[in-house]
Amino acid sequence: MNELSASSRITYRAVMVRPGVARRIRGLSDKTLAWLFITPTIVLLLAINIFPLLWTIYLSFTNYRANRANVPTIWLGADWYQSILTDPDIWAAMQVTAHFVIWTVVIEAVLGFGLAYLIDKKFRGHGLWTTIILLPMMLSPAVVGNFWTFLYQPQIGLFNYVVAFFTGRAASSFQMLGDVTLSPWAIVIVDAWMWTPYVMLICLAGLRSIPDYIYEAAEVDRASKWRQFWSITLPMSLPFIMLAVLFRGIENFKMFDMVNLLTGGGPGSTTEVASITLKRAAFESWRTGYSSAFAIILFVTVFGLANIYVKALNKVKSR
Amino acid sequence: MKRTMKTLVVACGAVAVAFGVAAGTTPARAQGKTITLCWAAWDPANALVELSKDFTAKSGIGMKFEFVPWTNYADRFLNELNSHGSLCDLIIGDSQWIGGAAENGQYVKLNDFFKKEGISMDDYMPATVVGYSEWPKNTPNYWALPAMGDAVGWTYRKDWFARPDVQKDFKAKYARDLAVPKTLDELKDIAQFFQGREIDGKKVYGASIYTERGSEGITMGVSNYLYDYGFKYDDPKKPYAMDGFVNSPSAVKGLEAYKELYKCCTPPGASNSYMSEGLDAFKSGQVALQMNFFAFFPGLYKDPNVGGDKIGFFVNPAGPATQATQLGGQGISVVSYSKNQAEALQYIKWFSGGDVQKKWWALGGYSCAKSVLNDPSFPSSAPFAKEFLQSMGMVVDFWAEPSYAQLLQAEQKRVHDYVVADKGTAKEALDGLVKDWKAIFKEDGKKF
Repeated sequence: MNELSASSRITYRAVMVRPGVARRIRGLSDKTLAWLFITPTIVLLLAINIFPLLWTIYLSFTNYRANRANVPTIWLGADWYQSILTDPDIWAAMQVTAHFVIWTVVIEAVLGFGLAYLIDKKFRGHGLWTTIILLPMMLSPAVVGNFWTFLYQPQIGLFNYVVAFFTGRAASSFQMLGDVTLSPWAIVIVDAWMWTPYVMLICLAGLRSIPDYIYEAAEVDRASKWRQFWSITLPMSLPFIMLAVLFRGIENFKMFDMVNLLTGGGPGSTTEVASITLKRAAFESWRTGYSSAFAIILFVTVFGLANIYVKALNKVKSR
Repeated sequence: MKRTMKTLVVACGAVAVAFGVAAGTTPARAQGKTITLCWAAWDPANALVELSKDFTAKSGIGMKFEFVPWTNYADRFLNELNSHGSLCDLIIGDSQWIGGAAENGQYVKLNDFFKKEGISMDDYMPATVVGYSEWPKNTPNYWALPAMGDAVGWTYRKDWFARPDVQKDFKAKYARDLAVPKTLDELKDIAQFFQGREIDGKKVYGASIYTERGSEGITMGVSNYLYDYGFKYDDPKKPYAMDGFVNSPSAVKGLEAYKELYKCCTPPGASNSYMSEGLDAFKSGQVALQMNFFAFFPGLYKDPNVGGDKIGFFVNPAGPATQATQLGGQGISVVSYSKNQAEALQYIKWFSGGDVQKKWWALGGYSCAKSVLNDPSFPSSAPFAKEFLQSMGMVVDFWAEPSYAQLLQAEQKRVHDYVVADKGTAKEALDGLVKDWKAIFKEDGKKF
């Protein structure tokens, strides 16, 4: 007994105390044991993911309203789907979303990769700079939304003063959040500010995964730095860039919190991205059936686009 | 080890007994009941906390409060009601919720209780009874006790108006004295006059008005213009018939006038302003005029920088058709999912008392009781009391239908698109609004 280690002693005691259980467990097949372990996860997944999804699909074919649960539920077939897909306001919201997603993803990918490329070159204090660059993505979107609302304030906001300093325009002569032309860009700027570091981080992982010997071989072949970049660095980090684009694309397609805090979808409906329209239909107008149909349409859109993209990503990786 | 455990148990026991004794001294704990009252987080809510201490002292029932900022107030509490939550025993819900809450069985009907306790709706201002208690409107079916009277009014910088140089400039420009505006045109002149003017070396602006997009802001603002210009929600003779009433030529002019005021005379960055933004603009000395609810006026009057002699109050000026203003305020209801309905009703009975209503007004709440409002001393009881009384006599409310939220969102979108985002014309906005509202009522099964 004295010879046993602490962990062995615990095991020994457990076996001693409950020999029946131990024998029973010992008698289980690998498959049964595997099921035993994954069952709780599957039950949880069914309860909090699959069931709500199926329930949402069912509701999307009915007139159900969560605030009028005592009204009889009527089966409407695909009425909501038809009405959503032919509604110009929904298409306007989808266009706003597309503008937001495309521009944020492009800007974040270019800047993120650029920053990663710079950070990858070891220089004095690069650790400190990496930490500083990563700070925005560590903040809560609610904080970022409120914070940028102040920065964009035409009379006291720093952003307007910086622009005024460089352009010579009066700081209060333009409103980033209240102007129909500027507000879609205002939300793009904030998202790019917050999430470029995230793209940078993924790209940095990609750059650091490129073995040094490839560059050494290129050096031996007298390839220029420019050639090395186009023939080694970019192709080999492309799967990582594409992965970052996928993550940001999906996230921004669902964007709600930051835009809601910055503009509330305004002015008018200029920045009303699809998730704000969805939230208004679901929790302000309480059109549960309608909003369920809209949620399914959004889900299918994101899922479909993501699948096409993943196939492209796999092709790039297999090259 | 045993000794240490023993000491620990004894110490814990002593602490528990001490807490028990302390708690036992308050009547609420003595009776062991605590009820929760839900409302918005604003100045009057603090007054209600103070007032409710008397209820606890008298009844022994403890009071808990759940206050949510206005921007999340509807979301939070409508979610609570729709999910049949029992967080709130009492709720001071917005006036427009009454239809939905009554039809969906979320509020307890109070008719029998009022009858039993001798509470008469004749003792309350008629506008508040219709606005906060009745569903269907103008029928004796009561779902709330009028609790907090409110309406949209205006504040102005009395000290700026009194300056001889300002007076002189204004007279030279408009050939009349600078005084409290009696019409919406006069209000625009004043706002335009102050826009961009320098006062004490600081650039100031004309007016802070409601333009908020997300919840109800711009609707609560534009209504004050629409009503005055002749807008009506429907044909008084034919309910839900909106053509020619919502989008009448005069209503179109009202909407255009509101946009003109927004474009000419608001501070930069005021494209999403509601109550708190208005307060900020006024308190920071940015604007000469401010549109806001009367509920904020006691706090503004006490403000060390812009209150006292520096602030004045006036009712929403008249338009070409009439003089009206947007109703605010709320009634207090018992939530039907509450497990403490008896205690909640006890609170309502206590709150309806004459002395309690007087104290409510004195603390900063707006009583709706005639005993308070019709008291000859009431108009002079506060610098804004006369204006409040006048406003409560000319209030109009938004739809209080069960689908009010949908109706509200439609107006928010149409009006904001036109006023702030320069999309389309006023006629198109109101025609679109009629179309949206018709679709909503049709979905609701209404005939029109």
